[in-house]
Amino acid sequence: MTDFERRSIISGIGQSAVGRRLGRSGLDLTIDAALEAIADAGLTTADIDGLATYPGSFPMPAGFAGPGSPEVQDALRLELNWHSGGIEGAAQLAAVVNAVMAVGAGLARHVLVYRTVTESTAQGSGGREGLGLGGGGGAPKMGGTFQWSIPFRAYSAANWLAMNAHRHFHEFGTTPEQLAMIAINGRRNAGLNPKAVYRDPMTLDDYFASRMITTPFHLFDCDAPIDGSTAVVVSAAEHARNVDHPVARVEAVGTALRGRPSWDQFDDGTTMAARDAGAHLWTRTDLTPADVDVAELYDGFSFLAMTWLEALGFCGKGESGPFIEGGHRIALDGELPLNTHGGQLSAGRLHGFGFIHEAVLQLRGEAGARQVPGKTVEVAAVGNGGGPIAGAMLLTREA
Amino acid sequence: MTDAPFRVLPALDDENRFFWTSGEDGTLRFLRCEGCGYYLHPPLPRCPRCGSRDVAPAAVSGRGEVYSFTVNHHSWDGGTEPYAIVLVELAEQEGLRLTTNLVGLPADDVRIGLAVQVTFEQRDDVWFPLFEPVDPSSGDPSSGDASDEGAAS
Repeated sequence: MTDFERRSIISGIGQSAVGRRLGRSGLDLTIDAALEAIADAGLTTADIDGLATYPGSFPMPAGFAGPGSPEVQDALRLELNWHSGGIEGAAQLAAVVNAVMAVGAGLARHVLVYRTVTESTAQGSGGREGLGLGGGGGAPKMGGTFQWSIPFRAYSAANWLAMNAHRHFHEFGTTPEQLAMIAINGRRNAGLNPKAVYRDPMTLDDYFASRMITTPFHLFDCDAPIDGSTAVVVSAAEHARNVDHPVARVEAVGTALRGRPSWDQFDDGTTMAARDAGAHLWTRTDLTPADVDVAELYDGFSFLAMTWLEALGFCGKGESGPFIEGGHRIALDGELPLNTHGGQLSAGRLHGFGFIHEAVLQLRGEAGARQVPGKTVEVAAVGNGGGPIAGAMLLTREA
Repeated sequence: MTDAPFRVLPALDDENRFFWTSGEDGTLRFLRCEGCGYYLHPPLPRCPRCGSRDVAPAAVSGRGEVYSFTVNHHSWDGGTEPYAIVLVELAEQEGLRLTTNLVGLPADDVRIGLAVQVTFEQRDDVWFPLFEPVDPSSGDPSSGDASDEGAAS
């Protein structure tokens, strides 16, 4: 029996304007992205019979959640056989995985999948808010999971993941100079991406001169809140012949979650959930890490891209520091081009979906100045998420 | 001493009250399975290891070591001084950890592996379990009074 993944293709992609404080609503941006993706797939809204999003309606923080699926269904007047929106799953990628499952199961034939953020407009000039520190008078009180971190002034994932990074430094001798290469590589690629929010060249000195957020993370280790919407259409594989451009075939997904789903109780603080999602991916394909031509790996914080490099087997456990040292191996013309659009650190925090969008562009050969040179990109790996959430996907080119 | 920092308080309920008020008598407690001795954190209604419903707060030594750390510089809460956030692994059980703060040592001197002991900071009806470097004059933790206390509870 064919694995469900290979019954699907990503037939179309779309992306709204992307930038700081666009001042437009999430729904408005989503419609732009959706219509572009649907047209790119050679379809009209009347063909769309499935709808999926991450995280769906979600109360906080400001600008984090785009419109829920009912709003988008209504705005586009979609007639659906299947729909889904939610935050629990294989990271942001869960929405795409759900769509691939729906197509594989025959519940839907063309699923519109989107992720929209308006964090830049929502935050205004106030900067990024820590979880749980929303407005209102009096001392806030924290229940649930975050009572175990926020009362100790560990407000942000920056703090939590900085501890993972330090543990990695401790166990494997990883250095700040190695970590810096994720940000520097991203900025180098962003310079070739007209939609990236930060495009000015960055040197190692620039990186170390940026202010410290929480050791070892400098400002440039933390992604940039922006506004933007990304959409893809997941279609039944047979639709490939109706499309006038190459498509991305879904080869495999990695959705495993083992160990304790916790920021601070997970058994191995040097890796977290990416470990098992990454390993799971390779159990669902005959391809191997050596077959991958380009890697688009989540870098909401720089260190996360290092955990993904290890989790997906591009290097051994603990070896991501030496692997990225100097930045040659992960450069556009290196053996494993990484985050070719600039990643979230420099292209902006499209929250997972920027990586999927870029992987498809690279597979189609449509990435412009930042297209990986000298070879046809046949296989792309995508990793989404950090800490206790993770999802991975392997895509292949189908001309 | 600098002024006590801003802190978000935990919302106390029947499940977590024992933890956040445990420091009133200077003792740190975690939920422990009376059947197999496994410490449950965060609290759960039954033991995930043996399935027993017989779980109750139990005193621990309050000793452990720094599993990892970060020195925070960004002002999330209006504070301006860098401070150390640490992940402490308790001596009683591998993987039993608390995200907390290190006090009694300059933030930049925190290191992984540092031996630490609990100290409490009271705010209203909450005793925050913070950690400080182990006082070398307090003797060998393996033969200390904490294990007796745990056995007696």
